[in-house]
Amino acid sequence: MVLTNEPPVREVTPTPPPRRRTSRLGDRGLAALFISPAMLLLLAMSVFPLLWALTLSFTNYSATSSAPAEFVGFANYAEILTSPAVRQRALTTLVYVVGAVTLQTVLGFGIAYLISRRERGRGLLTTVFLVPMMLSPVVVGLFWRFMLDAQFGVVNSLLTSVGLQPVEWLTRQETAMISLIVVDTWQWTPFIMLIALAGLTAVPRYLYEAASIDRASEWFRFRNITLPLVWPLLLIAVMFRAIEAFRLFDLVYILTNGGPGVSTETLSFHVYKVAFLGFNTGTASAYGILMVVVVIVLAQIYLRYLNKLKED
Amino acid sequence: MAGSLVARARPARSSPRSGPRGRVRKTVEVALLAVLVVAMLFPVLWMLETSVKENRDVYAVPAKLVGFDLTLAHYRDVFVGPSGGASDLSVALLNSVVVAGASTILATVLGVPAAWAYSRFTLRAKKDQLFFILSTRFMPPVVVVIPIFLMYRTLGLIDSQLGLILIYTAFNVPFTIWMMKGFVDQVPSEYEDAAMLDGHTRFQAFRRITLPLLLPGIAATAVFALIFSWNEFVYAIFLTSSREVRTAPPAIAGLIGGTTVDWGLVAASACVFAVPVLVFAYLVRKHLVAGVTLGAVRR
Repeated sequence: MVLTNEPPVREVTPTPPPRRRTSRLGDRGLAALFISPAMLLLLAMSVFPLLWALTLSFTNYSATSSAPAEFVGFANYAEILTSPAVRQRALTTLVYVVGAVTLQTVLGFGIAYLISRRERGRGLLTTVFLVPMMLSPVVVGLFWRFMLDAQFGVVNSLLTSVGLQPVEWLTRQETAMISLIVVDTWQWTPFIMLIALAGLTAVPRYLYEAASIDRASEWFRFRNITLPLVWPLLLIAVMFRAIEAFRLFDLVYILTNGGPGVSTETLSFHVYKVAFLGFNTGTASAYGILMVVVVIVLAQIYLRYLNKLKED
Repeated sequence: MAGSLVARARPARSSPRSGPRGRVRKTVEVALLAVLVVAMLFPVLWMLETSVKENRDVYAVPAKLVGFDLTLAHYRDVFVGPSGGASDLSVALLNSVVVAGASTILATVLGVPAAWAYSRFTLRAKKDQLFFILSTRFMPPVVVVIPIFLMYRTLGLIDSQLGLILIYTAFNVPFTIWMMKGFVDQVPSEYEDAAMLDGHTRFQAFRRITLPLLLPGIAATAVFALIFSWNEFVYAIFLTSSREVRTAPPAIAGLIGGTTVDWGLVAASACVFAVPVLVFAYLVRKHLVAGVTLGAVRR
């Protein structure tokens, strides 16, 4: 065993095969070979369907009727953009996005700040707080539906035990939206917390030490050291959440099914109803394309900002 | 209560200036954290509790927080059908394993080489390409599913596992590329240069030098892809319907369709469904920030 006199270098880089392939791939060819399968899949599964939807959006096509689709120009777009129903869904979505994301940001940052001030148990606390985020929206939605049940729900049980009136959480217009926001906040506060915590723990200690030598107040330290350093990351998290919240569908589907009435129908949910319950595929496509445009604009802002941040 | 105990137990650790005010503050902070932990964990604990409660306790009014009768009947119902044999839910769970597993493998096979190429080579409009790739991931699923539905209907992929695997692969590939690019960037390209000086081709250098170093990153990325596909609901509910194909999320959601809901069963199946995710998420906790932001943010 000790007899080997071979230089150890040999074993670090495996020896090349004796016979080279005759045609060597250039770097350019290799890059193309490695990237094109993934690109092709994305083109086939994302771009092509969207182009298809774009084509359909100019027709009165219906997925259930056998009548050939007719070209209708921008009629679908005009219909969507002038429809009071759509405007109402847009407002609902806006209320939901602003409400949920604001609440999550305040709570998430607060929790992250509290955790970052602990000296021990940070890892455990973080893990515990992250549980809701990893659950499927289906599980979360179902579970809250049970907890918020007017009759058997534990939330109403707790309310009555402290002498308050039970609330019909999911079946009244005013409370259904609040419930939706609360449940979404419960699930996604950890997301903001996680990213804020990453920012907070990255603040160099010496900055605080310098500040405390200068006898700077707690508020001064928070305002002038913590916040400026954490702000960019927090903004990333908020924008990310806003895009996700804008697309929300599954939680609405499970928790309230858009109801009562249409009080919790978000844009995504409305598109679903137009497409799969009304079978106005053409109109739904136009609706969808408009949503995609909004998402692309939001995503571009997000990505440009992210990029700027990386370059700094 | 617990808060004040913790604060009193370690007075010496606080900073030199902290007098009684510092201690009060610390107590308040710990108490706040405790309240928040309870608020975040209560629904999860309630779900666990409901899954092992006898039915009459599940529907008890007021709800029983303690002092209920234990049963494992709900868990049995998750796996065993009413007439013996495998239940619908267990079939769905198995389908989920197949679909999530296959799409994760495919996304890894397609995404890792692409990530390496994006990291190593100077390509035309590379930044735009990467932006485009991530943008596809932001598309609202409900919108994408309309043309996908029509496309699948033409191709005969409606209600097939292959169809679901393809769409899940398509949404995991952007994530895999972004996440893996970060990991590849951390491996110095000099390693490959050295191997090429030794006579390896660029491809061999990738396969024999870089790829082994990337394995931990690949594992973490694959785990996230697995979680995303496992939890996915929107595509699953629109593109599949039959018992043989349907994955677990629509199957579990289907439990609340009827007039009466067996909440014990819902809770048990939700627990069975969620446990693997939590275990996997714990395994990749170091990479959570990158994972949940689709690889866009890393520390």
